[in-house]
Amino acid sequence: MIPALAILIPAALLLGLGGLAAFFWSIGHGQFDDLDGAAQRILMDDEDG
Amino acid sequence: MASLTRADDARERWECDAEAFVRRDPSGMSRIELAVRGAHCANCMSRIEQGLRALEGVTEARLNLSTGKLAVQWREGRVDAATVIRRVEELGFPARPYDPRALIENEDAEARFLLRCLGVAGFASANVMLLSISIWSGLGGEMGDGTRTLFHWISGLIAIPAALYAGRPFFRSALKSLSAGRANMDVPISLAILLALALSVFSALNHGQRAYFDAAVMLPFLLLIGRYLDFLLRRKARASARDLIAMQAVSARRIDQAGIARPVSASEISPGDRLLMATGERVPVDGVIEDGTEADLSLVTGESAPVCVARDSGLRAGSIITGRPVVLRAASRVEDSFVAELARLVEAGQQQRNRYVKLADRAARIYVPVVHSLAALVFIVWFVGLHAGLASSLERAICLLIITCPCALGLAVPAVQVVATGLLFRRGILVKSGDALERLAGVDLAFFDKTGTLTEGRPVLVGEPDPRALNEAARLARASRHPLARALAAAAGTGVVAGDAREIAGQGVEAIENGKRVVLGRADWVGAMSERKSAGSELWFGREGEAPVCFEFEDRVKHDAPDLMAALARRGVTTELLTGDREAVARRVAQEVGIAAWQAELAPGEKVTVLEHARGEGHRALMVGDGLNDAPALAQAHVSISPGAAVDAAQAQADMVLMGETLLPIAAAMDVARQARRRVLENFGFAAAYNAIAIPFAALGLVTPLIAAVAMASSSLLVTLNALRLKAGEP
Repeated sequence: MIPALAILIPAALLLGLGGLAAFFWSIGHGQFDDLDGAAQRILMDDEDG
Repeated sequence: MASLTRADDARERWECDAEAFVRRDPSGMSRIELAVRGAHCANCMSRIEQGLRALEGVTEARLNLSTGKLAVQWREGRVDAATVIRRVEELGFPARPYDPRALIENEDAEARFLLRCLGVAGFASANVMLLSISIWSGLGGEMGDGTRTLFHWISGLIAIPAALYAGRPFFRSALKSLSAGRANMDVPISLAILLALALSVFSALNHGQRAYFDAAVMLPFLLLIGRYLDFLLRRKARASARDLIAMQAVSARRIDQAGIARPVSASEISPGDRLLMATGERVPVDGVIEDGTEADLSLVTGESAPVCVARDSGLRAGSIITGRPVVLRAASRVEDSFVAELARLVEAGQQQRNRYVKLADRAARIYVPVVHSLAALVFIVWFVGLHAGLASSLERAICLLIITCPCALGLAVPAVQVVATGLLFRRGILVKSGDALERLAGVDLAFFDKTGTLTEGRPVLVGEPDPRALNEAARLARASRHPLARALAAAAGTGVVAGDAREIAGQGVEAIENGKRVVLGRADWVGAMSERKSAGSELWFGREGEAPVCFEFEDRVKHDAPDLMAALARRGVTTELLTGDREAVARRVAQEVGIAAWQAELAPGEKVTVLEHARGEGHRALMVGDGLNDAPALAQAHVSISPGAAVDAAQAQADMVLMGETLLPIAAAMDVARQARRRVLENFGFAAAYNAIAIPFAALGLVTPLIAAVAMASSSLLVTLNALRLKAGEP
């Protein structure tokens, strides 16, 4: 039981930390600065497409 | 005060000094940030962005729809800031440079701070719950003491830093309120987080069965969701009305010793400076004009029609030059000028309003002492009365604090407000602060400004003038920026301008057509005897050798104003008209819309006095107004609304802004506000009932961590669902 835990708990934490790091990265890059615009932008025609 | 020239004013004012807001980098790129109004959808966004990218030299244009901020970048030399702004305005969106020092940066930082806390709390909650669920399912005996303690320690290693990190918004606010000698809702929240951590560490050290690490991170997680919702609401609100700052960034053209007019920011003007004021510009400081002209003094007097100002007479800041360009000798600095005085009145009003205690804080005032004394009582009873031992007595007291933590309260109000403001947004009302709805729900008296609020705010040609005279007069009218001339030109439609039209300030326009002199202007100038004694205004048109023709204008009442008055009366709200205009005009408009009481010829300060008086009598007054002279009154009122066409400063002061030209949404807003208050009170009732059940269990020591966590989450879910019922009631 202990070896399983020794793998699973760090694995769970690492995955969680990975997610958290990704979240922090996205905050830092302004992904959450314009929530309304992002929802609308998808409806725009791509000008060079 | 809502003159036809407003859009042009803004454009001219900004073109001259937009360069001051451009940031240049060494690689030859220039950037400017613009505040753009009126963009709400994908269509607007793509029109603006693609319209700008089509300009040669523009490399990037990106509009933030949440804040209304447009960032444009271009290669130096190909285009300039003025072209960019003109393009955005041509596309139909008023735009102006954003002062880089303004608040927006802080706002983004605050959003990111809250999100980071939320992210950490979410991460910790998920991982700690993973461990906690194993512990709970192992409590029957399958899990050994050693494993359980190990799990507790792992939980602790995650939860302690996470809770301290994610709890910072609460700790800060609690400290701030404690240092001010009060206790807000964040005090018990902070206490619960810290005590839960402390108790859990103590329990883990003693190989105890229970630890509350899960509660210590779940609590900030759930509450931060509420906080973030609340923040988004406030940001949207501020974005829609941040224009007071823009207004203060007004520039002027100062004539230097070489006689060249150079743009300077208004704050650089010192007494004695000579400023060139073009037609349509707003006077930035109090001063004396060196020549006669005509000016719109609506800000100062409330009078809607422009008046003549003679040479060497004084003009107060905020007046708009409607006649010919003049040179103004500054007599004071910006901070000593009339507009600054208005700003101080506004500030005083805001302080008054800040005394309003939000429903949630009122609940906290009762809640905080009750919960704290109950926890103390539980501790004393167990420790002194029942000799339960220090550790277990303390545990029960802390357990009570955790379980009674105001999750429901913290979420109840923002959830309802988000739903209610979303609902109103779709009906054309922008709510700028959550507690504005609470305040609107209690209103029993409504004051209305006249011009631009109950009326269209601009003169309209009335009657059926002779088409030939109208067409000929319009040739002259098109050459003038006077509001009446513009109304006449608008009535005549597009056409040519008289070639040699010459405007005589304060009198009218003259030209020679087919060898004959034609004039359009004041009755005495044109040479006609005006018989009009009633309210309103008129223009006379004269052709050499013919009798003058009169054109009459009226500021029409908005079509749904009478309906709104009836709707408010049905809701038990008394209405009153407050105007700076003359008695006769006030009476006519009041009768037309069905208001029994009116007060005319009020200066901006007097409107404030009226509102103070109403407050003194115990009324909760709604103020609806659109002019700069209404701004202090809007700030003073219990709650305020301004129409969409209102000047920026009025919109900045108002709690709510109507997005269309109609007034009836005010009645709808009142209904939604009252429903929202009912939901909030229900949520409070629910939270009270939940506590009434939970507290005895906690006091008796019967609450397990599982029950506490489930109860906490489900109570939060319930208040959110209750808030969503508002939407279900939508017709």
